[in-house]
Amino acid sequence: MADASATDGALFEYLLRLGDNCLILGHRTSEWCGKGPALEEDIALANTALDLIGQTQLWLALAGEVEGQGRSADDLAYRRDLMDFRNVLLVEQPNGDFGQTLMRQFLFDAWHLPTLQALAASSDFRLAEIAEKAVKEVTYHLDRSTDLVIRLGDGTTESRARMQAAVDTLWPLTDELREGDDIERTLAAEGVAAAPEAVARNWEAHVVGALRQATLSRPEDGHGRFKGCGKQGRHSEHLGFILAEMQFLPRTYPDASW
Amino acid sequence: MLARPTDAQLWQWLGEVPDPEIPIISIVDLGIVRAVRWEEDTLIVTVTPTYSGCPATRVINDDIVAHLAGRGIEGVRMERQLSPAWTTAWLSDEGREKLRDYGIAPPVEDGQGCAVGKAAASVAPVRMMRAGALSPATPVVPDGVFVPPVAPPSVSCPRCGTGDAERISQFGSTPCKASYRCRGCLEPFDYFKCI
Repeated sequence: MADASATDGALFEYLLRLGDNCLILGHRTSEWCGKGPALEEDIALANTALDLIGQTQLWLALAGEVEGQGRSADDLAYRRDLMDFRNVLLVEQPNGDFGQTLMRQFLFDAWHLPTLQALAASSDFRLAEIAEKAVKEVTYHLDRSTDLVIRLGDGTTESRARMQAAVDTLWPLTDELREGDDIERTLAAEGVAAAPEAVARNWEAHVVGALRQATLSRPEDGHGRFKGCGKQGRHSEHLGFILAEMQFLPRTYPDASW
Repeated sequence: MLARPTDAQLWQWLGEVPDPEIPIISIVDLGIVRAVRWEEDTLIVTVTPTYSGCPATRVINDDIVAHLAGRGIEGVRMERQLSPAWTTAWLSDEGREKLRDYGIAPPVEDGQGCAVGKAAASVAPVRMMRAGALSPATPVVPDGVFVPPVAPPSVSCPRCGTGDAERISQFGSTPCKASYRCRGCLEPFDYFKCI
């Protein structure tokens, strides 16, 4: 039997990854609120952000419970420093144009859904029940982002060029979605976490299939520069700006309520 | 001390609490109240969220506590239950009719149009697995395939009743709805998404 405290330590890290991905992408996406290219898209972006923030609350509350230091979801979201965040680099990237926002969402959703589907069968009931809930929401996210990537890729000359530029820019950052590390492999072997190889297989099949339908070229692999960066707390310069905005109020006025 | 109300009475009272965002239907019509039980003198009301980020969840809890207090029950504790995850299949028939009268098309649960909802619902409920009714090894999703976007469900316009409406956004004024427009009467309307 594995050392319980070592397992809890790995589980805490894993839950931070799940929660921080949702938190940072949710926050980024919410930056579109009131600025979407059309009212319907503005509403869709805000709703997607809302789903992600809701999932964040569930994951980070569980992370705090597993850690056992009395930290709440809010404590973890608002009072951790940059290097303690465990989200992948992809989700902290700037929104860019609407095409880049959508492509980022699509590349993330294609990882998120198979991860949650696997987690819904986790041997740890606490993870499984959150995943069972989230999988319904994320099924809609992936359906929408796939549909729009195909329509804009296989669209006008302008929209196609923007979607190709978006996938070219973001592709190197998908390395860490597709590559597991020791934390993920250890927890997957215990039946707790999603097996990274299976998630990567599903990601690849879905992403390549959609890019083909969108008439977009799949960028080359082999950059290898960003493996496991964000997941291990090494972030791009963009995360600091997000945290500055997100954490300003609770850090300046601790325990403020209204 | 007054006699404890029957379960039927409790459910009737809970059925008087409106959904804060769609007040035409009650929280019981919505299917989110999962159980009531007593622990000594405390009434435990178990509620499941519709969407994990739904901002109405906290308001619903406060409304339940306040409404039951008005009926003379002071000791109420709210509990959250995530699994089995809420599904629109739990919307009551009466609730569906009220939605339509209110101008919101109720979820279309059969037919190809609900494939997204069906795919989401195909994940085995965790509680069923725990009870041994389902094996966690049950494959619930196709492995390693591209899943093309699903055609939007065919929805009847709740205003003029024609079956010819187009989806204009997969999301609407709240997380549980999508936006449609009727090709007959040209009115936009909300569709209650199937999940």
